[in-house]
Amino acid sequence: MTALLPVFVLATSLITAVLIFILPERYYRLRVSLNLAAAVLKIVLVAVMIAGIANQVDYEFRYELLPGIDLVLRADALSMLFAGLSSVLWLFTTLYAIGYLEGAPNRSRFFGFFSLCVASTMGIALAGNLFTFLIFFELLTLSTYPLVVHRGTEESLRAGRTYLKYTLGGGAVLLVGVALMYGLVDQTGTMTEFAETGTLSALPSEQHFTLAVIFFVLIAGLGVKAALVPLHGWLPVAMVAPAPVSALLHAVAVVKAGAFGIVRVIYNIYGVEFAWQLGVLLPLAILASITIIWGSLRALQQVEMKKRLAYSTVSQVSYIALGACLFGPIGTIGGIVHLLHQGIMKVTLFFCAGNYAETLGIHKIKDLDGVGRRMPLTSIAFTLGAFGMIGVPPLAGFISKWYLGIGALDAGMGWVIGVLILSSMLNAGYFLPIVYRLWFKPKQGPWPDEHIKAARFETHGLLLWPTVATAVFSLAAGLFAAHAWSPLSWASLIAFREYLP
Amino acid sequence: MTPILLIIPLAFAILTLLLPRHWVRAIIIPGLVLQVGAAVLLCMEIYQHGPQDYALGDWQAPLGISLIADGFSVTLLALTALIAALCAIYAQYFLTRYPREQRYFWPLFWFLLAALNGIWLAGDLFNLYVGLELLGLSAVGMVALTAEKTTLKAALDYLYAALFGSLAYLAGVALLYGAYGTLSIAQLSDMAAANPTTQVALALMTVGLLLKTAIFPLHYWLPPAHGGALAPVSALLSALVVKASFYILALLWLDVGALAVTVTAAQAMGALGAGAIFWGSWQAFQTRQIKMLVAYSTVAQLGYLMLLFPLAIGVSEAAAQLAWQGTILHLLAHAFAKAAMFLAVGTLVLALGHGRINDFGGVSQRNPVALFAFGLSAVSLMGLPPSGGFNAKWLLLQSAIASGQWHWFVVMIIGGLLTAAYVFRVFRVSFLQSAKHEIQDTHPALQLSALALALMAIALGFVSELPLSLMNLTDIAPATMGGTP
Repeated sequence: MTALLPVFVLATSLITAVLIFILPERYYRLRVSLNLAAAVLKIVLVAVMIAGIANQVDYEFRYELLPGIDLVLRADALSMLFAGLSSVLWLFTTLYAIGYLEGAPNRSRFFGFFSLCVASTMGIALAGNLFTFLIFFELLTLSTYPLVVHRGTEESLRAGRTYLKYTLGGGAVLLVGVALMYGLVDQTGTMTEFAETGTLSALPSEQHFTLAVIFFVLIAGLGVKAALVPLHGWLPVAMVAPAPVSALLHAVAVVKAGAFGIVRVIYNIYGVEFAWQLGVLLPLAILASITIIWGSLRALQQVEMKKRLAYSTVSQVSYIALGACLFGPIGTIGGIVHLLHQGIMKVTLFFCAGNYAETLGIHKIKDLDGVGRRMPLTSIAFTLGAFGMIGVPPLAGFISKWYLGIGALDAGMGWVIGVLILSSMLNAGYFLPIVYRLWFKPKQGPWPDEHIKAARFETHGLLLWPTVATAVFSLAAGLFAAHAWSPLSWASLIAFREYLP
Repeated sequence: MTPILLIIPLAFAILTLLLPRHWVRAIIIPGLVLQVGAAVLLCMEIYQHGPQDYALGDWQAPLGISLIADGFSVTLLALTALIAALCAIYAQYFLTRYPREQRYFWPLFWFLLAALNGIWLAGDLFNLYVGLELLGLSAVGMVALTAEKTTLKAALDYLYAALFGSLAYLAGVALLYGAYGTLSIAQLSDMAAANPTTQVALALMTVGLLLKTAIFPLHYWLPPAHGGALAPVSALLSALVVKASFYILALLWLDVGALAVTVTAAQAMGALGAGAIFWGSWQAFQTRQIKMLVAYSTVAQLGYLMLLFPLAIGVSEAAAQLAWQGTILHLLAHAFAKAAMFLAVGTLVLALGHGRINDFGGVSQRNPVALFAFGLSAVSLMGLPPSGGFNAKWLLLQSAIASGQWHWFVVMIIGGLLTAAYVFRVFRVSFLQSAKHEIQDTHPALQLSALALALMAIALGFVSELPLSLMNLTDIAPATMGGTP
């Protein structure tokens, strides 16, 4: 049973994907129930595994794919953090997407690839070695492309092409890195297994240069999806996708897969202590810092809501890589917890952007004047998400930044504090004007294109409630950070296990 | 057991030639079942009892004809039976629009199968020649089926290439026979030394086989022939027929002439392969017709097979082993994927009434299954996981690392990206919202047989161990010499 649970978790979305592809377009109700049932089932399974992990149960599934190379699905504390995030957000994004796409064509195709995308994310979370990780990482590229080009317009096809150039290129670089790791370093097949505190520290010093080179090849491959500058070009372009897709891409699926991969490589392959000794963490930390500042600067210049959010993602996701580079448990906690915090905050913001676009036809920031009165709940959710991103206590983002800051001091990298402060100011610079427009500016003329009239609620229920729910999460994650089951406590557990001798 | 695999297709070839039309349709399915059944049984027998050497009429080499069923040949037999069966199911529905062509398709189909099986089982160089000739002629006949001006031209080019190829091969065979007095592969591999006669013979045979395999720069005949033929024919040709001459080439270099080939020559073969990968991909990227795209993709993919020579000759045993395994998986994966792709494309062309890639808008709504089959087979061709193509690429990459041949490593990585560049042309267009014209519905059997093949290419990614462990059965135990049927 403990071997099969990871497989079941993967299968819930994989089988759903297949069934949805087979179901004809017109079986709307059946498809919706199937989607929701699978999403709920997955959350239950993940919850069972999280409880098991806390009690030191091992969940592992192995299958020999090639001589000496296994497909490994294993649940450890870090994988459950990512799996938990994606399973919860899958449920809410599915609900949101059902409302968002009501009456649109090709829903069967959309939800099929949507499920496949979540299955890939789950596979990335549960991958137990580099090879398995690579498999699901590439599968993620393939399953997200149809979602990015879903609308089938010239613009989205162009975006899809850019997306492919970056992600397939990144995938090829990652393949090079992983193949080198297996071919040059790992003759026994055990050093590419993800293990707490890493596996490579015992290698002789003649191999250290090779290891450093492979490290940067791996990071370059992962960095495309994690949108590290200068590999971030696809992310703002991919904004043409429907709002639930953007939400998924930015919060759990693609960028997170990259960031999660970076964390895996640093902590579970190299081991943070060994990586620190190799001297590869400082360059990465500098790159992450540049990305943080650059993304924020670019976000400031955007006039479109989704573009601004996209550049904000470029900036925010690099906090995770930055945290992973800070040697010391506190910094680790900051990076890992931000993986989750950024997810719930960003998904909220994208849901809000989708609500404004779907309800009132607002895409540009300048049209948001006075929307707070027309759509109060959405705007409250947006405000919470934005304040969280800026790092206002007691929201989730504050916790991340606090730990990152202390962690930087611990690691003797005081300059990171400067990066954090500058970035927070820039965050405030591009989020506060939006919040100001929402609440304090009077409405100017009619809404650009009002699809959904204000009835009992300000917009369609399926668009509203997922937004509110994720907003509440991002508030709760900060307010109850000290609670035993908060993201912060779980991140502390992971960090504790990573630094055990 | 072994000769049954030759008897079945030959018998059905003659039956389909003689029987009246409605009978021909009726015996297709029984014939396929027999063929697949026999192949699977032989596989199991070899798996349990080890390789077998069967001498026809009990005449031993060098006089008699010997059939050798080892792990390699039975894997190829099974592959052939499986792909041929699915192509035949497809052809049955596809050819309802071509009553005249149907009459000749089935005899040619069975002759083609007999020739392929003969090549996989042949134990000496002359039998290989007979197989090659029969294969070439039936393949040319199949290309010429529609008897349109363009396909006739293509078939004629193909015929000349096939004939010249066989001739060069035969000349080499004659030289070897003159020098060593035997044509048995097993005996020659012990005797053939690195002298000028052997090397000239090998060179002649290699040129002939490169021409028949359509290896760059001798690939000129393949795209028009494979791209112009009827869909089930293209599938058979790209998936199986070109592999037969490659198989002989590999036998010559790594078995028969193992002592006579040089590392430089092997590197040159690899360079041809790299040329094929780049040129084929570039042409596939340029062409406007979907079937030409798939045909040029075959030219490119055959290039990967050529990398076997530099990766397996003059390197450590471990690296050579990896190269072998990778090549075998690549051969299998490409066979499944390319057959699937041609069948899927044939269905799409049937539905749209044309093959212009840029006017493919709307097929994702109206013909999703065929497009999905195309997509899955493309995953394997690009070498993306999970698929047989990925496992093959992985093993080849590991082999290149193990022998430190970084140039081939780079070629393979770039090759994967180039493949992605040309297959995504098709997806890009298929996602266009609006259909420019009427799209017809196609028979589900057409779509499903393509999908089945594509799924096999993917499934190969999970069961790679099976063919690889079969491959290891190569040594013939003396007890089974001259084995029983």
